[in-house]
Amino acid sequence: MQKEAEIRDPLILGNKTYHDITVDVARPVEGKANKYWWILFSLSLLLFIWGVLCIAYTIGTGIGAWGLNKTVNWAWDITNFVWWIGIGHAGTLISAVLLLFRQKWRMAINRSAEAMTIFGVVQAGLFPLIHMGRPWLAYWVLPIPNQFGSLWVNFNSPLLWDVFAISTYLSVSVVFWYIGLIPDFAMLRDRMSSTLSPMKKKLYAFLAFGWSGRAKHWQRFEEVSLVLAGLATPLVFSVHSIVSMDFATSVIPGWHTTIFPPYFVLGALFSGFAMVETLLIIMRKVVSLEAYITIKHVEYMNVIILLTGSLVGTAYITELFMAWYSGVEFEQYAFLNRATGPYWWAYAIMMTCNVLTPQLYWFRSIRTSFVATFILSIFVNIGMWFERFVIIVTSLHRDFLPTSWTMFSPTFIDIGIYLGTIGFFFTLFLMYARTFPVIAQAELKTILKSSGSEFKNKK
Amino acid sequence: MSTKTLHGIFDDEEILLSSVKEIRANKIEIKEVYSPFPIHGLDKALGIKETRMAITAFIYGCVGLSLGALMIYNIMIIDWPQNIGGKPNFTFYHNLPAFVPVLFECTVMFAAHLMSITYLIRCGLFPGSSEKNPDPRTTDDKFLMEIEVDGDISKVKEILAKTGALEINEKDD
Repeated sequence: MQKEAEIRDPLILGNKTYHDITVDVARPVEGKANKYWWILFSLSLLLFIWGVLCIAYTIGTGIGAWGLNKTVNWAWDITNFVWWIGIGHAGTLISAVLLLFRQKWRMAINRSAEAMTIFGVVQAGLFPLIHMGRPWLAYWVLPIPNQFGSLWVNFNSPLLWDVFAISTYLSVSVVFWYIGLIPDFAMLRDRMSSTLSPMKKKLYAFLAFGWSGRAKHWQRFEEVSLVLAGLATPLVFSVHSIVSMDFATSVIPGWHTTIFPPYFVLGALFSGFAMVETLLIIMRKVVSLEAYITIKHVEYMNVIILLTGSLVGTAYITELFMAWYSGVEFEQYAFLNRATGPYWWAYAIMMTCNVLTPQLYWFRSIRTSFVATFILSIFVNIGMWFERFVIIVTSLHRDFLPTSWTMFSPTFIDIGIYLGTIGFFFTLFLMYARTFPVIAQAELKTILKSSGSEFKNKK
Repeated sequence: MSTKTLHGIFDDEEILLSSVKEIRANKIEIKEVYSPFPIHGLDKALGIKETRMAITAFIYGCVGLSLGALMIYNIMIIDWPQNIGGKPNFTFYHNLPAFVPVLFECTVMFAAHLMSITYLIRCGLFPGSSEKNPDPRTTDDKFLMEIEVDGDISKVKEILAKTGALEINEKDD
């Protein structure tokens, strides 16, 4: 039996028993959706459909439908790609890194955070795919024998590293998620007083893979989870490092910096935790999980946001310092232009939302308020989108020849595809919230006696 | 004499754990324990050997690394060496730094997927398999101990009841 210091706040409120946890986790699956769910779902679905139409238009007419030009040849597509990949990182951090550190608070949120990872990476993957212009030839990025004179992919290219990194990340995340889901699907299958239709029962029985909860199976389950966490931890750091190398291995002033890998990984965790908070603060209300996703969980996440936000701020300042200290005037101009050039407003949004506003979390009253956290998490989401926009567009729009200098403005297709992925993401997440066990209940039951409020009060 | 199967049902993992120890101290073999969540120390109490899942992951990782290296060597060095951005492409080890990311991803991909598949196969888990737990409550809040007894079951029943089983069901085989 694990013991825990009494002064630690409980992670499960309201005198729950094991059976209560089962009932609470099964409720959203067995019950009917409420009004708010339908409103949110309809809105997301509409956005998603709009996005699909914009993608169809892009594929039909070509990438010229976007606001790109010869100078700014990467803009919203890669901004959105990096943004979504970054959002995914918090899910893996919560489920893998916090597992290695034996953080108990991860158990109430890891399932949803991982779902967010998978859905986020799906959105990210869409952008390189449609940017190819001819997505039906996407298989050309794979190292497969072919008849084009045996024309292989180039293993020196960071874009190919990306292909391997993203596909490994997505597939390993799905496996990690599913291994944990099997016992919880079995719980839904075995519910006696369930109001599920026979069809649904059969579906959950199918998904549960015949799980029985034998002692040997649990022993293997724990070992497999631990090893997967150990594999996912360097994986998650590698993915965003490799994404940053798309830029860092180039020769563009403003991109060619060795600080990029750690700076991108920190930014990814920072934005990912913000998105976890945005989602969970809504979800705990909509599916009544207030007893499990508590203010303590939110506070822990806010501390991580404060830490990573401050580190990201340090990275911004380091970049400015290194540009000055390098003595390279092109490098110096790139950063001066970022902060004071025509895109100064994007830089100002980035600095405000990523460096200044997260500092408010030093105040306990703000750190432990759902409303303040929700608002600040939206700020971070916006700020981190602008960070990628600033890095990409402001570095490109001043080309090597001043005659090529230009500005970028998105077309409604650019905006439509971006909003479409937000719609797609929320559509997937809302469907998940009604059909999946949104809390890893089997794992959560293991901490009930050490971190449940009833058991804490008994001591 | 016929073999009988006894199912002792508990509602607390600590009581179950002490019961397991008591029963094994009485030289009675426990066939299986079903529980809704992993119980710390149960595998040792039951005398279950350590799992070798982590070792398989290491082996699969080595396989992934070797296959990845073989693939890159064949593609970049043997089949069609090209000068790309001045990077040395005529020996594997000179070009190795550029291959590290893909080699790493290959290692992780093989280790994670093949270990998970091994886990599913070793536990007999596959899509659509029917449930094998004798009581549906064992995925909710009950813990079930299964004991096969030849002959006199009253003694086993007595120990089960004494050590805290809430229900004891017997089944003829």
